[in-house]
Amino acid sequence: METKYNDIIFKEKVVSLFEQNRAQIGANDTTRMSKERDVAFKQFKKVGFPNKKMEAWRNTNLKDVFAYNYNIQFSPADEKPELIEAFQCNIHNFDTQTITLYNGWYLSEDKHLITLPNGTIIGSLAQAIKEYPELVQKHYNKYTNIEENGLIALNTAFSQDGIFIYVPDNVKTYKTIQMVNILDKEDNLFIQNRNLIIVGKNAKLTILHCDDSYNYSRSFTNTVTEVFIDEGAEVDHYKLQNLNDNSTLINTTYFHQELQSKLTTNSITLNGGLIRNKINVVLNGEGGEANVFGVYLVDKEQHIDSQVFVDHAKANCNSDELFKGIIDDNATAVFNGHILVRKDSQHTNASQTNRNVQLTDKATVYTKPFLEIYADDVKCNHGATIGQLDEEALFYIKSRGIGDYDARLLLLYAFAAEVINKISIATLRESIDDLVKKRLRGELAICDQCVLQCKDQENTYEFKIDISKI
Amino acid sequence: MLKIKNLHVSINGKQILRGLNLEVNRGEVHAIMGPNGTGKSTLANVIAGKPGYHIDKGEIIFKGKNILELPPEVRAQEGIFLGFQYPVEIPGVSMTNFMRTAVNEHRKYKGLDPMPAGEFLKLMKEKQQLVEIHAKLTNRSVNEGFSGGEKKKNEIFQMAMLEPELAILDETDSGLDIDALKIVANGVNKLKTKDNATIVITHYQRLLDYIVPDFVHILFDGKIVKSGGKELALILEEKGYEWIKDESPN
Amino acid sequence: MKEEEQNNILNEVTQGDYKFGFVTDIDMDMAPKGLNEDIIRYISKKKNEPDFMLEYRLRAYRKWLTMQEPDWAHLKIPPIDYQDIIYYAAPKKKKELSSLDEVDPELLDTFNKLGISLEEQKLLSGVAVDAVFDSVSVKTTFSETLEKHGIIFCSFSEAVQNHPDLVKKYVGSVVPYGDNYFAALNSAVFSDGSFCYIPKGVRCPVELSTYFRINTAGTGQFERTLIIADEGSYVSYLEGCTAPQRDENQLHAAVVEIVALKDAEVKYSTVQNWYPGDKNGKGGIFNFVTKRGMCKGSHSKISWTQVETGSAVTWKYPGCILLGDNSIGEFYSVAVTNNHQQADTGSKMIHIGKNTKSTIISKGISAGFSNNSYRGLVKISKRAENSRNYSQCDSLLLGDKCGAHTFPYINTANSSSIVEHEATTSKISEDQLFYCQQRGIDTENAIGLIVNGYAKEVLKQLPMEFAVEAQKLLSISLEGSVG
Repeated sequence: METKYNDIIFKEKVVSLFEQNRAQIGANDTTRMSKERDVAFKQFKKVGFPNKKMEAWRNTNLKDVFAYNYNIQFSPADEKPELIEAFQCNIHNFDTQTITLYNGWYLSEDKHLITLPNGTIIGSLAQAIKEYPELVQKHYNKYTNIEENGLIALNTAFSQDGIFIYVPDNVKTYKTIQMVNILDKEDNLFIQNRNLIIVGKNAKLTILHCDDSYNYSRSFTNTVTEVFIDEGAEVDHYKLQNLNDNSTLINTTYFHQELQSKLTTNSITLNGGLIRNKINVVLNGEGGEANVFGVYLVDKEQHIDSQVFVDHAKANCNSDELFKGIIDDNATAVFNGHILVRKDSQHTNASQTNRNVQLTDKATVYTKPFLEIYADDVKCNHGATIGQLDEEALFYIKSRGIGDYDARLLLLYAFAAEVINKISIATLRESIDDLVKKRLRGELAICDQCVLQCKDQENTYEFKIDISKI
Repeated sequence: MLKIKNLHVSINGKQILRGLNLEVNRGEVHAIMGPNGTGKSTLANVIAGKPGYHIDKGEIIFKGKNILELPPEVRAQEGIFLGFQYPVEIPGVSMTNFMRTAVNEHRKYKGLDPMPAGEFLKLMKEKQQLVEIHAKLTNRSVNEGFSGGEKKKNEIFQMAMLEPELAILDETDSGLDIDALKIVANGVNKLKTKDNATIVITHYQRLLDYIVPDFVHILFDGKIVKSGGKELALILEEKGYEWIKDESPN
Repeated sequence: MKEEEQNNILNEVTQGDYKFGFVTDIDMDMAPKGLNEDIIRYISKKKNEPDFMLEYRLRAYRKWLTMQEPDWAHLKIPPIDYQDIIYYAAPKKKKELSSLDEVDPELLDTFNKLGISLEEQKLLSGVAVDAVFDSVSVKTTFSETLEKHGIIFCSFSEAVQNHPDLVKKYVGSVVPYGDNYFAALNSAVFSDGSFCYIPKGVRCPVELSTYFRINTAGTGQFERTLIIADEGSYVSYLEGCTAPQRDENQLHAAVVEIVALKDAEVKYSTVQNWYPGDKNGKGGIFNFVTKRGMCKGSHSKISWTQVETGSAVTWKYPGCILLGDNSIGEFYSVAVTNNHQQADTGSKMIHIGKNTKSTIISKGISAGFSNNSYRGLVKISKRAENSRNYSQCDSLLLGDKCGAHTFPYINTANSSSIVEHEATTSKISEDQLFYCQQRGIDTENAIGLIVNGYAKEVLKQLPMEFAVEAQKLLSISLEGSVG
């Protein structure tokens, strides 16, 4: 009963906030966007927040999240963070174009939207709506489904700012664009980010999307990202999450792929209170390829929920899913994979794998790899395992003179490495590799800067074991 | 018995055979040789009726009938046997059951009653000995877990069971050591009569030391570019396929 | 099984029609349509039940009234009017039966037509049969032989009369009446079914078998089976089902409970061939079944094998609660759907005891316009140290209008256990088909061969008499599935 109580109160508060601030929220809207905002609000009012009775939420309970009060900022704060340069992460030899959201608002010294020499536009979505309303409107809210759950509707109703990226046809952006989401506020924040990424025909984009907290304040972030990948385009997408234990992050991404396009998305969750990554991929053109990978390392009371939906809407597409997780202490991991092969989507190849290492009896793992297939000329498989480290491998390593602790670390690291090794940018791979090692050794605190550990660059953590010994 | 006239075949729009002619009579052994990718397996598959090939032009006459419209099982029942290059595994289906079904389907086609179980088992034993295949293989599922050599022997065993009028052996020698090769060739020779014919498709001359052909054809670029007696295989062995490329008008 | 038998089966199969679609004309004793407390009292009174049984029924009924039909399965089911069903129908008995001669000849004939002889001399060797016709058990064979071993094998109604203590102790102990909507309905109105008790240390010398037949139009069948295997005992139990061909749908909601005490083993096999409806999806049985076994004692084992070819809709998840340490649960399933059939079936393995093991092997075959789903739950509780589960769920698709789906739920709360799930979905291999055709076997026969081969792993778990039946069924069910 209490659950209902909390989420209803929270819902009512949110509804009245919307009604009071309606004018300010939609200040930049085009007519169509404004209309869609009202439709979404109505939908949210109708369904409210997701609850455990919903199949997709049966193992993720938001009850505790609603027990707190949160503030919504309807305009960017006046004060700028003091250490803005501190957020400029730079991995050695990793040249990125960084854009930052600070407490949900685009952060910049001067311009809110910049055009790179190759024509790529990056910056604030709010600003893009003002400057390129046609371009934004062509894709905005086209790939989301506000009926998926109340949070999607809520985001669509409330969203004011987020990241906007547009890569014109045939432009290959070699520089990785890094989106950094930073939470830094003394009072509890409720943030509705909305990102829109448009990748033109035969274009190429690499994005690194980081979610970080700066302090231990409570937060509830509800992010919705739409990514449109046009014919022949290629997107490499990396998501890095390193939030404090008081943070709740609901991250929903919609990838819409056209003919012969290629997507690789890799979610790396290192820390967070409650994180739910919902990844939707629609293969809407023949010859499409989607690689959806993820690795999660959770401990204490943390909760990670990975939801992947791959819709083979057209024939001759390939999809490959691999999610691996290590679950320690009282943590909970949820994996729900869903592959849908529609009628006439012949010659589909789809694969779905979830592997978990459960380290304690207090940890819980729920996995449900789900196949729904309506075409016959397909090759689909899925697999899920929950287990422990291979005792024989452990013994083998120990027999070479390596202690139990290090032997276990080594195997855990090797377990996670299968996903890490799929990161195609060497410098990024190496630095994430480091982070994972540190995380496994319990050395990774919430860094006082971004997740990429720039401050400690000289002092890189070395894995104690010399692998050549084995 | 078999007449192939001006056969043009393509697969997914790509031309493989471009005007192939071939005539095989009863009692003859023909060898078809040629480099990889010239259409040897295509020819075998098209005669047997494998789906997926498009016949652009030409005809295949078997025992006076154009067989191109016939489904594969009817061609088999008419007496065409294909020894596969890569025999497929059929898990859970025992060889005995498989052969029994096949034999009885052949008999049904000829208007005969199914073979009584005792007689069938006797026939199995007889043919096993003929082709020197171990009885334990025929108790397993079709080709499942068979080694490369066992699979090929199993093809010859099935040929012995079904007694085809025309046997096409597609690269039956590939992946065989010399002992297995001898056993396979021996089996083929024993099955040869004046009423049946054999087409041996091979890349190497080696097999032809054991199965001696009456005719050798060289398939190149979708056509038979040279035909001759068994000596042709020896010339080919000596000079290599480059020789054909030079000889070929294209 | 001998090869020639396999072949005879395939040869025999020439017609794809449902062979058991006839109706028996026989005088029936029937309750009026509809469901209320009076009907439940009527059923209970008809059966002369003790108070505890009536009380149980009424509690279940009251619970049922508060419940909703489950809607989570991947099934499209037209609304069922529970007031438009006859909940009790029994062949009219003239007097108590004392020998087979007194069984209505029409009934004997019906079972003969179904290939089930109730005359002892003609019995399948080594199989004791309990035949259930609509709501009641007509005849149990072999009971005297069984009595010698102290085995109780009788209709559920007889058990209520003669062994009330056992019934009272175990009924609802594995599937409580509130377990789900259909279990509650069954607990309220169940008519008859089989009861079986194997005493300590006894290895049942024959296969026990129940044959279920729905005959009367407008009736539902709600049978209840309870099997208790006492310490160190063993029994193999078979269940077969058919129904006449009718245009309207008929409801079948059964409950099967198995209790295995220390060191006991129960093997339960089902060949389910209820009328599946016609080629256009008209008619057929709605099959909502709750089957569950409790491995109560240590080192006990329960094994479910099912071949599901019939029913318009199948909703069943035979499972095991592995309570005893070192207990074992197994589930082997072949589910075939053709035309407009729908199946949502799988297994639940609940590991509670230490060192418990479970295996799930499921082979789904979909053809025509059908939808075939595997749904399973593997749950490892905190206490279940060193437990293991292995699941393999494969789906085969024949044709591009059907669907194959896999919903495996896996939860673990224990760090010394290992759970593995694997599944593949693919169409029937064209290379295999061509290989068979090249040997002169036509497409339909080739599919029969390949599908039977594909299902072999499960079929080999069946007792021989059933395996023959099952193989036949697989081939028949798929006829006409290739264009």
